Amino acid sequence: MTTMTSRLLAGVLVAGLVGSLAACGGTTKDSAGANSGGTQSTAAADPNAAAKQGVKMAFLPKQLNNPYSDIEVSGGKTALEELKGEYKLVGPNDASASSQVSYINTLIQQQQDVIGIAANDSNAVCPSLNQARGAGVKVVAFDSDAARDCRDVFVNQASTQGIGDKLVELASKLAGGSGEVAILSATPNATNQNAWIEVVRADLAKPEHSGLKLVKIAYGNDDDQKSFQEAQGLLQSYPNLKVIISPTTVGIAAAARYLSSSSYKGKVALTGLGTPNQLREYVKNGTVTEFALWKPADVGYLAAYAGVALASGQITGAQGQKFKAGRLGDYTIGANGEIVLGPPTVFDSANIDNFTF
Amino acid sequence: MNATKAATPRRRMAAPQAIFSTVFKARESGIVLALILLIAFTATRNSRFLSAQSIRDILLGTAILAVLAVGQAIVMITRNIDLSVGSVLGLSAFAVGSLLRDNQGVPVIVALLAGLVLGGACGVLNGVLVRFGQVPALGTLYALRGVNYLWAGGQQINADRLPESFLDFGNQAILGVPWLVLIGLVVLAVATIVLRGYRAGRELYAMGSSPQAAELAGIKVSRNTIAAFLVSGALAGLAGVLFAARFGTIDAAAGTGYELNVVAAAVVGGVAVFGGSGTVWGASLGALLLTVIGSCLAVLDINQFWQQAIVGALILLAIGADRLVASRVARALRKRDSHV
Repeated sequence: MTTMTSRLLAGVLVAGLVGSLAACGGTTKDSAGANSGGTQSTAAADPNAAAKQGVKMAFLPKQLNNPYSDIEVSGGKTALEELKGEYKLVGPNDASASSQVSYINTLIQQQQDVIGIAANDSNAVCPSLNQARGAGVKVVAFDSDAARDCRDVFVNQASTQGIGDKLVELASKLAGGSGEVAILSATPNATNQNAWIEVVRADLAKPEHSGLKLVKIAYGNDDDQKSFQEAQGLLQSYPNLKVIISPTTVGIAAAARYLSSSSYKGKVALTGLGTPNQLREYVKNGTVTEFALWKPADVGYLAAYAGVALASGQITGAQGQKFKAGRLGDYTIGANGEIVLGPPTVFDSANIDNFTF
Repeated sequence: MNATKAATPRRRMAAPQAIFSTVFKARESGIVLALILLIAFTATRNSRFLSAQSIRDILLGTAILAVLAVGQAIVMITRNIDLSVGSVLGLSAFAVGSLLRDNQGVPVIVALLAGLVLGGACGVLNGVLVRFGQVPALGTLYALRGVNYLWAGGQQINADRLPESFLDFGNQAILGVPWLVLIGLVVLAVATIVLRGYRAGRELYAMGSSPQAAELAGIKVSRNTIAAFLVSGALAGLAGVLFAARFGTIDAAAGTGYELNVVAAAVVGGVAVFGGSGTVWGASLGALLLTVIGSCLAVLDINQFWQQAIVGALILLAIGADRLVASRVARALRKRDSHV
């Protein structure tokens, strides 16, 4: 009898739980459908719709007063001026995971049309962003992606493949098509660095680069002293080294400083990813001929054009949709709502003075 | 435990002095031996390791760490520890970097003095907090780094904004000796002379050996503690200027984590964590050893994960040897006393 009761009770409880779970799921689905804010945007896009004027777009970078973020959002401002939209900039002073949430909530209340966000934490911002999308706000992630199901599109500064290809292209040019190359990276477990290095390896394995030989990957830990020592080690261990590729801003600046003051200057070439301000000195004194990086201002610029295109109904974030982005030209949305800015820009002595970041 | 060692004035007790000198000889010659073995081994694998360029690189790398290690040794001898040196270095590097960026005509000597003064001020703050507030310098490690972040924000001072003369100072040599190395040697020489032969120096050892006894003996412990931190801070400030000149790129994170390298250099060099013993000469040798290890591992193509393990093992070895030596000396002294 007692077992009977308890079983019955358990059954009721389980049924209740299942019921409530189903109810929860139902609610989520319904609201998502009603607000057309779901993962898969099914709403039809009209590529010929006119770009709306007066679109209110707010930029929420990782953190205010960060020089890199400042340049990124300045591009967004330019784009919104071109599109006759309203630009707004808000953001936290620290780049911690949860610091952006309250700003998103405020932006919803202010009835912005579009939020452009560089997510500090791809998941922490999700509930608020989905709330915003529920209220009809379009969400453009840029620079650093939010989780895929809580933004409409993601503007990526450069694809992993694009960066890796560019690094190999530069190295091959500097080495004259053949010779030993080495990589000076950041830490051995930096995700983006390793992803780029994988592309570099794959490219070097191709027949057209058979003359280039990757002799070592050194890790400078993004520390000046350590990067110096690793660069010294490379130069001592590989007397025939032709090019050092450093895809990290700390590493390339340290290697440039070291090379410029050593007897290897002019004998071993250096390239990689760095900012024009960092490397101006070394381009001018002949240590570095060419290096690459995306233009941060273009990231914000493209994000603003994508935001207005979303708000105007020209795109919904589905793969294959096309839109125009002012002076940057035409863009097509890739898989997972990703829009890639393009190959990185190459800087050399001819153009470096046109850039101040 | 260490109390019985260096604090004892040399003039008295002729017999124990022999023990002391052998102990010190053993301690520092151990590092020298390790250095020789390491360099010889690396050189046989790669002859370029002994090229002029390579030796110059190692000495330049050592100079900054050695300046910091000399300051740290002085503080550690008084049975304290200055964990703020990395932050002071960063603050000084950024301050002097922005001074030079905005005033291109400032001569290098002014930059060096500015670093010394700023670092010295931070050092006094540390000393006062440690002595009267009874808080370790760990607090200022974070506080000063915070100040630096607040001030520097995301700014970066790049080589193209620094005066040519200052960048040259980081590379160039006088009579074949790079300026940075020369400064390191001067700092080492002055500190050695003061600690060995002057009353102020001997008092620091006495304080580290036995703070209570030192106080009872009339040594001005507070004044000396603050002075030791002042020297360490000033040297960290000086190191910041050298850092800026050498690397040419400075941001708010410059020197993060350096404090542990500096303490490691001092400990490996035979400066006792419990105060009262060690030399600045040993600390500088420790700095040289750590720098050489870093260079060797890079040249020998050894996985860098090993580097930290090796440094850790060296520290354990140094502390272990220190305890062993200390207990032997204590036993030897006890025996001697019992005969009297």
